Amino acid sequence: MVTAADRATSVARPKVEVRDLTIRYGQKIALHNVTLDIRENEIFGIIGPANSGKTSFVRALNRMDLFTPGMRVDGTIRFDGREIDKWRNVYALRKRIGVVFPLPVGLPMTIYDNVALAPRLSGVKKRAVLDEIVERCLQRAALWDEVKDRLDSLGSLLSGGQQQRLTIARALSQDPDLLLLDEFSIAVDPVTTMRIEDVLKVLKEEITIVLVTNLVQQARRLADRTAFFLMGEMVEIADTEDLFTRKTEDERTQAYVEGRFG
Amino acid sequence: MDKAVQVLVFVGGVSAIVFIIGIFVFITKEGLPFLLGRFDVAEFFTSPRWRPTSEHNPTYGALALIAGTASVTGLAMLVAVPFSLGAAIYIGEFATGKTREALKVLVELLAAIPSVVWGFIGLSIMNPLIIKTFNVPVGLNVLNAGFILGLMAAPIMTTIAEDALKAVPDTYREAAEAMGATRWQVIFRVVIPAAKNGLVAAVLLGVGRGFGETMAVLMASGHSINLPTSIFDSVRALTATIAAELGETAVGSDHYRALFTLGIFLFLITFIINLTADLVVRGIRKK
Amino acid sequence: MFEASQLNIRNRKVERLWGLLFLVMTILLILPVLVILGVLIYKGGPILSIDFLFTEPKDGMTAGGIFPALVGTVWLVAVALLASVPVGVAAALYLSEYAPDNWLTRVINLAIINLAGVPSIVHALFGVGAFVLFFRFGTSILAASLTLAIMTLPVVIVATRESLQAVPQAFREACWNMGASRWQTIRHVVLPNSISGILTGVILEVSRTAGETAPIMFTGAAFFLPFLPQSVYDQTMAMSLHLFVISTQVPGVPEAMPFGVALVLISMVLVMNAVSIAFRMYLRGKKKW
Repeated sequence: MVTAADRATSVARPKVEVRDLTIRYGQKIALHNVTLDIRENEIFGIIGPANSGKTSFVRALNRMDLFTPGMRVDGTIRFDGREIDKWRNVYALRKRIGVVFPLPVGLPMTIYDNVALAPRLSGVKKRAVLDEIVERCLQRAALWDEVKDRLDSLGSLLSGGQQQRLTIARALSQDPDLLLLDEFSIAVDPVTTMRIEDVLKVLKEEITIVLVTNLVQQARRLADRTAFFLMGEMVEIADTEDLFTRKTEDERTQAYVEGRFG
Repeated sequence: MDKAVQVLVFVGGVSAIVFIIGIFVFITKEGLPFLLGRFDVAEFFTSPRWRPTSEHNPTYGALALIAGTASVTGLAMLVAVPFSLGAAIYIGEFATGKTREALKVLVELLAAIPSVVWGFIGLSIMNPLIIKTFNVPVGLNVLNAGFILGLMAAPIMTTIAEDALKAVPDTYREAAEAMGATRWQVIFRVVIPAAKNGLVAAVLLGVGRGFGETMAVLMASGHSINLPTSIFDSVRALTATIAAELGETAVGSDHYRALFTLGIFLFLITFIINLTADLVVRGIRKK
Repeated sequence: MFEASQLNIRNRKVERLWGLLFLVMTILLILPVLVILGVLIYKGGPILSIDFLFTEPKDGMTAGGIFPALVGTVWLVAVALLASVPVGVAAALYLSEYAPDNWLTRVINLAIINLAGVPSIVHALFGVGAFVLFFRFGTSILAASLTLAIMTLPVVIVATRESLQAVPQAFREACWNMGASRWQTIRHVVLPNSISGILTGVILEVSRTAGETAPIMFTGAAFFLPFLPQSVYDQTMAMSLHLFVISTQVPGVPEAMPFGVALVLISMVLVMNAVSIAFRMYLRGKKKW
């Protein structure tokens, strides 16, 4: 018997479908045989200790293997139903996916230009439109109040925490439908982290978010579903609450979320 | 746009290969008829008689020219190698802060002096100085050219050698110092052995530079065909011979083509020197 | 305990001695040049004047000034730059931003090393064979400048590549991740942050080109021409060759004259080098990240 709910899930294609994904750097396997779906408009958490393959997963989604020497990706990743290595225009793919990495990168241009770069690359020229995008994205990244009076100073000379928020603003300025956040809060203070987390909760109404984090509590606060990666394997994937309330099967997951290792 | 730029810069990159092949092709094109015709290997390498302008019996023995180049380059290296390596060690391992910056700038400026100015210095300053000091009739000789060439080659060797020393990781030095080694022990037992390949490459490139130098050697060596027996003998170098004679030859004559043959010879030797230096340097990186 | 400290004292003495030895070697390397500069200024200084710089040579080059040689050198350098800077920057962009790590890249690098290492007189032979004869440019500024351009190409390539690679890879990746193409990344992030370094390399190339003699001797520079070149198809006098000519080929030149020419030439070269070095230091102090 097919229920209405079943039909709904089968009609709504997952945003990202990952099948048998294996990632190697030279001989070293970073991620082995991962299969998962990321649904539209969810925050998908990925937790796990260092070197568990989380970052490699993010890099593969954005096709960063194209410019990472030695990185090899096997298996298939579908984004909106299309295999990402079959996209003829990889730039168009990357424009729809925003990424933020643990180390902030403020580009050596003004704060304004940092955020206006992506729209400009897509051909936006009108100053008023750019002004609006810059303000909105900086607001969302919880940076606007601190920099609104000095938008023409260098983005690369901001403090680490500010640069990280600038990086987030830049990722948002692409107007992505998928946002990949890889341990974004490492360089950001707790108060600001909370403000950004609030923004993410709102954003998820519009876009899909993959949140890679080494803070299990952050995943618990934000993620709808969470996958646990360990040493290049995906141990399991579950609704976040189930993962944190011992409803899952694997002992290693429990050990990790309770802080017994990691 | 992207594709166009990619093609454009690719053409730029490949042009270096085109040019180096072009150089070989064009000098070979001009020299080949001589190489296949009048050229005599035995004469070229064993006869000191370079008499291309003799009306009845022109001879093309390059031995004296080779000896001239070798003696001048040899003396230059004798002067330059110890001093450049010493300077590199001082700049790289002893000097600090502003002194170090200032010395590096001075060495760089040294490297910038044009070879014709060096030649002029040999001619007008070194020449009378040598005549007076050593009481010899002519001051344009192996000593003069070798000294000048040594000063010319030294900055390049210093720079490359210092780079090689700098490439030795500080952890090596710290490890050795932690075991109680003094600084000079660290330098001689740790740093220099670790930088050995880079230092060899520095010397090789210095040799290449000396070997290929033209104007300075032309002006300071005396430019007379000789198998030198002392450093006070005037000599003539391969490069200088081409520079001095090419203007007086008729295009297409044996003499003209013989000069291009000297060019092929020079090209091949510097090619081998550069290739060896490159392989030696690559050796370090592999480790 | 006592012995150890004596050993220490001895070691420190030895160390200081070595340091001193290397210092002396460094000084001995630099000293002759300073002396030579002093002699050039002492002997050539008096002849320098506005007239010397801006009049033609007279009386079989035994009197008068050096104006045509100065102008000629400017011509030669300018045309050589026009040819070599675009090619050199393109090559550096390819090697730094596009080239995969493969055999072709290794061959290109090897070719660059060899272009820099081939003797200048061999470049001159190439210039004669290729530009003067094969392409029928004759002995002209064009042929001489192209010869110079190929010879100094490695200077531009190496300097440009260095300043391109000084731009952190993270900036490029950040840009690519936003969906920027290679060229967009180069245009918006890489070039704006390396252009001054590239300029430094170009100034350095100017100084190298201005001093070269052998490559222009048979390709376009003339011993003596009483008039200024009108186009790139004319021959021209040049500072470097002029110094060679009046110090070796012309009898009866007053002693101060070649010293004056050498002083002007070396000043041109050293000033440009100094500018390039100063520029580089200024940039280093003005880091943008």
